[in-house]
Amino acid sequence: MDNVVLHVADVHKSFAGLHALSDIDLSVREGETHAIIGPNGAGKSTLLNVCIGRLKPDSGHVVFDGENLTGKQPHQINQLGVVRVFQTPEIFPELSILENVMVPILAKRDGSFKLNWFKRFGAENEVRDKASGILSDLGLGSMLSEDASSLSRGDKRRLELAMGLSQDPRLLLLDEPTAGMARHDTNATIELLKDIKASGMTKVIIEHDMHVVFSLADRISVLAGGRIICQGTPDEVKADPRVKEAYLGEEQV
Amino acid sequence: MNKSSGLSDWVLFFGFAAVVLTMPLWLAPFGAAYPDLMQKFAIFGVFAIGFNILFGLTGYLSFGHAAFLGAGSYAAIWSYKALTMNVVPAILFAVIVAGIFAFLIGYVSLRRSGIYFSILTLAFAQMSYNLAYSVLTPITNGETGLQLTLADPRVLDAMVGIEATSSLPLPNFFGIITTGIPGFYFCATVLIIAFFISLRIARSPFGMMLKAIKSNQTRMAYTGFNTRPYLLWAFVISGMYAGLAGGLMAVTDPLAGAERMQWTASGEVVLMTILGGAGTLVGPVIGAAVIKYFENIFSAFNKAELQQIFSALPDGLENIVVSVASMFVGKGWHLTLGLLFMIVVIFLPGGIMEGVRRIGRLMGIGKKPETQPVSVANSQQGQANG
Repeated sequence: MDNVVLHVADVHKSFAGLHALSDIDLSVREGETHAIIGPNGAGKSTLLNVCIGRLKPDSGHVVFDGENLTGKQPHQINQLGVVRVFQTPEIFPELSILENVMVPILAKRDGSFKLNWFKRFGAENEVRDKASGILSDLGLGSMLSEDASSLSRGDKRRLELAMGLSQDPRLLLLDEPTAGMARHDTNATIELLKDIKASGMTKVIIEHDMHVVFSLADRISVLAGGRIICQGTPDEVKADPRVKEAYLGEEQV
Repeated sequence: MNKSSGLSDWVLFFGFAAVVLTMPLWLAPFGAAYPDLMQKFAIFGVFAIGFNILFGLTGYLSFGHAAFLGAGSYAAIWSYKALTMNVVPAILFAVIVAGIFAFLIGYVSLRRSGIYFSILTLAFAQMSYNLAYSVLTPITNGETGLQLTLADPRVLDAMVGIEATSSLPLPNFFGIITTGIPGFYFCATVLIIAFFISLRIARSPFGMMLKAIKSNQTRMAYTGFNTRPYLLWAFVISGMYAGLAGGLMAVTDPLAGAERMQWTASGEVVLMTILGGAGTLVGPVIGAAVIKYFENIFSAFNKAELQQIFSALPDGLENIVVSVASMFVGKGWHLTLGLLFMIVVIFLPGGIMEGVRRIGRLMGIGKKPETQPVSVANSQQGQANG
């Protein structure tokens, strides 16, 4: 396989005897959008959590661009360029919308720790310009100085996407980016993700909405019962009888 | 976060400096313009400002900051005894020793957060307090407290030919004795510098990271930050402020006792910060002043004075009023303070500063979003939603 950036090799994870993930083998190629689908409880979020260091696999390992991520701290994994956008919006509610995006940009620029206590945050013009540029691209440009907690749920998710994109990630992990969004918001998000795709950013996306999956994914892995039961292009996956049985049966495509 | 905030910060700073330096004038009508009390205002202002860097910005509630205050006091006295009666080395020494001490305690305590962090800091502080009374007696002089003696070496003073002959020497700032009014101005100057530094910290990228940690610490890790060193630095800086305050105590009165490390002293700075407004810049200083004012003024009232105040009332009523009022003054000043604290926390969760802001808003003066503490924003949000 050519240009594999993320390689999940033989990962097992169980919680109190329950096998959440078994024999997971997954390769994500440079520049592709890789969707992970599967019924509820299939282990999709667990897999993502293993990738970003929130959970430690019982065995196996995750390799990103030649670096073994297993055992690394979340902030170290982020510093390598692996950025996750959460399903329930993880933002800084008490900071302004602009500050929410400026903070991740500083993480990218200054590293995991910097004692710059005599500089002025307000004088970081480049960072501010970049943050406000990204926020206007996502339609939040008119409310930069408001508290992030005042946003609607959909806008919070958009803000979190802005936080993720602001770090120019080498690998973006998206956990159900359109869950809980109204139809027109979903479509707007799809368009946005298509634009990001055009920029060549590698993405792994967990999604329930088949419309979203088939509009974006280059390849799809189907998880069921903690195993990958099928992996391939959208057409191959659609045609696979095991997938129909495990998942698509309930939601005709 | 507009571009003019740089200017408004300077206005805030110079306003603060002016108010502090004119204390002897405007405190006179309140009966508080005597050096002893004004020194306390400044010293505890420094203590509370430093405490606020940890608690106000990161949300980590330390219950052991008095340990650093005590360590600073002891360090300063040792500097007098061993080196010189000049206060500058004493203060530097106090800040450094408290910083090292804070690093050690912070390194261990910050492995936990929330109530466990608070308990760990409390335990360390109580340990320090007990050690100061027992095994560390050679350093702390135990119950008697650490004092100057005529026989102290004072190496640096001896070198330049300053010898104490008959009476104990006094701490001085290059010859200016730092007790009384000069002592107040010395402490006030240090307070203004301390305020300036805390202002810069709050406005810096570092300060922003601390606020972000308070807002969502988990998110910070997934944003690529190692939160541990941020918290540890905040803890050490705030410990150094406490050491500075302890050093200043030794500047105005050259003795140190272990009671400065007791948990009640740690609790006092928590009260000061919350009363004034945690997370705001000037709130902790106001909180410190209010508490010290109550402690010194209300506790000084006695029954005779109350009878004088209420003497216009008819005899029977006067006795009742006086006996009720006397519960709140003298030794009962804690009761007044407790009531005040309850009223503030219930009706003004953002502290006195929130009251100031509300009055400002009522009078149509522009709001100051920069000084708004996050807890207030939250509670208002909650009310709006609920």
